[in-house]
Amino acid sequence: MLSARGVVAGYARGPAVLDGVDVSVPRGSVRGLAGPSGCGKSTLARVLALLQRPWSGTVELDGREIRGARYSVPREARTSVGIVFQQPRPAVDPRMTLCEIVSEPLRVRGVRQLRSGVEELAEVTGLDAELLGRMPHEVSDGQLQRACLARALAPRPRYLICDEMTGMLDASTTAALVRVVIDRVTEEGLGVLAISHDESLLRAWAGNDVIRW
Amino acid sequence: MQQSPLLWLDDMSVRFELGQSRGSEPVYAVTDARLRLFPGQVLALVGESGCGKSVLASALLGLLPANAWSRGRALLSSGTDEDVELLAAPESVLARGVRGRRVGLVPQSAATHLTPVRTARAQLSEAFRELRGRVDRAEVDALARRVGLDPHDLDHYPHELSGGMAQRVAVASALVADPPVVIADEPTTGLDRPLVERVTDLLGELADRERGVLLITHDLDAAARVATHVAVMYASRVVESGPAAEVFGEPWHPYTKRLLAALPEGGFQPVPGHPPALTELTELEREWGCVFCLRCPETPGVAPCNGEPELVEHGRRSVAAHPPC
Repeated sequence: MLSARGVVAGYARGPAVLDGVDVSVPRGSVRGLAGPSGCGKSTLARVLALLQRPWSGTVELDGREIRGARYSVPREARTSVGIVFQQPRPAVDPRMTLCEIVSEPLRVRGVRQLRSGVEELAEVTGLDAELLGRMPHEVSDGQLQRACLARALAPRPRYLICDEMTGMLDASTTAALVRVVIDRVTEEGLGVLAISHDESLLRAWAGNDVIRW
Repeated sequence: MQQSPLLWLDDMSVRFELGQSRGSEPVYAVTDARLRLFPGQVLALVGESGCGKSVLASALLGLLPANAWSRGRALLSSGTDEDVELLAAPESVLARGVRGRRVGLVPQSAATHLTPVRTARAQLSEAFRELRGRVDRAEVDALARRVGLDPHDLDHYPHELSGGMAQRVAVASALVADPPVVIADEPTTGLDRPLVERVTDLLGELADRERGVLLITHDLDAAARVATHVAVMYASRVVESGPAAEVFGEPWHPYTKRLLAALPEGGFQPVPGHPPALTELTELEREWGCVFCLRCPETPGVAPCNGEPELVEHGRRSVAAHPPC
């Protein structure tokens, strides 16, 4: 279980964006979170992905509290939670090829057979292997988002946060990427928090397990 | 009485030459598009990303890069003004007589189209000065209210506006000269549902006032909400078009059926395979007869089509059909 307990979080000196939020993500299922723009969904995504330290409250990963004076989360915990953002373009280094983007977490994980690892992930996410040598500006948003999903799945995370993962994508690519994630849920017990403003989409993802903000 | 169309596209094609370094096959971005836009219509041009929708819009506005060439006809004819052949018109005519005045553009990701160093009001006022010859603060405020903005919002810089507010500033800019044709290129990408509805409703209001709206989108829900007519584009070709209720209610082309089946309420089944690269279309057509065959459920990638698809018209609808596969 990945949980936020009484999380209060915000930015700089502004008001708190999250004020005492409790949300938990069990393994092996998809939980949806729906809400309008500006309600703090993405801030919660960042907190749960251990990218942002809450002002108060805690994040618990499989029963262990994540803490640290400078929020230096151990690598094992960081690679346990993956995240895919709405916009793929700002989420990648424009100077790296798609292959390098996807292989970076594999290298961190100590995988030796990088090329075959990347090709396997590309196949899982439906990314055409011919595109792996391209730079981000040479592929479409949908193709780049497939690479971002492959990158997020590369460290074999136990949890995945999908923050409006399909917000920029057409209907067919949306359905394809959701299917990739759901396969991981049933096959590997991945725990998913799917965040979107689109409730009908979330119901297709998560059935009735949708939290409304 | 049948009105005459505001925009009349016949056999319109756009190609990009990539130069020798990437091989000599050009990119086939738009192939033989045939569309009519009448007053009072919202014509939604839908399809997967990368099928050529936005290129079609850019071509109509003369905003293609230098390595592109276009062919065919795109006639803009509205009211008392002289007809303009958009693909052949010189840049001076497009810049002074068409863009903004006779065709308004609502761009994709409006926030990045606004100048970051000037307020929304300064930018909207500039459009008034250019297109109407004078700036009347009351008129600027009235236009802001019409698109659902508080006039005070205009005094902010783009980074202080939300995505939806920036989008409405862009809509307002497109409406300054009250053009008869408005082209909206993915105006709802990245907006949440209530804002999508506001923006699409605004486009619907324009059509109610006898303007013609060309709505380019991959968001089928937004298209279904506001479109009176729809054209489905696949791999640079318009494969099906007709009144929106009929096309969405009973799609004829297998690609349209597949697209609708990809929606959450349609079954959430992705279209199998990938759209073809736009550089490989001639080869694909030579080998397979039609560009969709590789993904067509009726020919599961084993046998080529037995004929080149032709555009069949039936009543108000048209569909790219070939002899049964």
